[in-house]
Amino acid sequence: MVSIKRVVLDVLKPHEPNVLELSAAIAELGEDYWVRLTVVELDKNTETLQLEVAGKDLDFPLIESTLKEMGASLHSIDEVEAQNVSISESQ
Amino acid sequence: MSLFLQAKFLFGLSNSGEIMRRYFVVNGFDGALTMLGLIVGFLFTAPDDLTVVINVCLAAAIALGMSGLSSAYVSESAERQHALSSLEDAMVRDLQDSAHGKAARWTPFLVALVNGLAPLLISLLILSPLWFSNTGVCLPLPALICAIIIAMLLIFLLGVFLGNVAGISWLRSGIETLLLAAATATLIYLFTGP
Repeated sequence: MVSIKRVVLDVLKPHEPNVLELSAAIAELGEDYWVRLTVVELDKNTETLQLEVAGKDLDFPLIESTLKEMGASLHSIDEVEAQNVSISESQ
Repeated sequence: MSLFLQAKFLFGLSNSGEIMRRYFVVNGFDGALTMLGLIVGFLFTAPDDLTVVINVCLAAAIALGMSGLSSAYVSESAERQHALSSLEDAMVRDLQDSAHGKAARWTPFLVALVNGLAPLLISLLILSPLWFSNTGVCLPLPALICAIIIAMLLIFLLGVFLGNVAGISWLRSGIETLLLAAATATLIYLFTGP
């Protein structure tokens, strides 16, 4: 079974909710989720973010829908780390 | 996210706490001063039947409540939709299904409720001695005087509330609003007094 371990996303969001609320909402999605959020650009009404999420098995559709619920737009997936768990276990 | 956290999040998103607080004071003050004016006016005309006073004041209170409810809903809906459209332009996406869309739909209801209920409830409190007196409850002072005292007390408390919000002396702020009420009563006396 292939698990997504880490993604780096290019996200555009309004100023509200702020980055603390957004990163907390993403981290709340899984017990072992780890979030790093960097503000890349600040405009009059929006912020461009680099959002890095890591965990044992990321639920990407849930991350995407949470971002959408908070008014953000996912522009691109810049990096992905995936792992075949059965192979790693056999090693 | 729990319901409470969701509500808190939406409140923060729409900045509605501050707007509701402002509307509560503005329209609450309107309600209290209108009732004070009516009751002071009735005090000088000394009506025989207290039911007339109650009906006139109650009608004014309901009108103030309905006016607050409808005007706040219409204006807040328009403002929220405008703000949402601007944000949608900036985000280049539809935000109706996001927290921003929910806040734009719910905030006008909540703001309208506060704007309508503030003058209505404050007016009902001011009118309470008139009802008590009309139902035969014995009051220490004439019912109209009791209503004026309650109106003054509520106006003072609104000033205290404003003082706390502004972080200035609550006593000074309370006395300032009380002086405004006294000035209103004096003006009414000058124009309608014996």
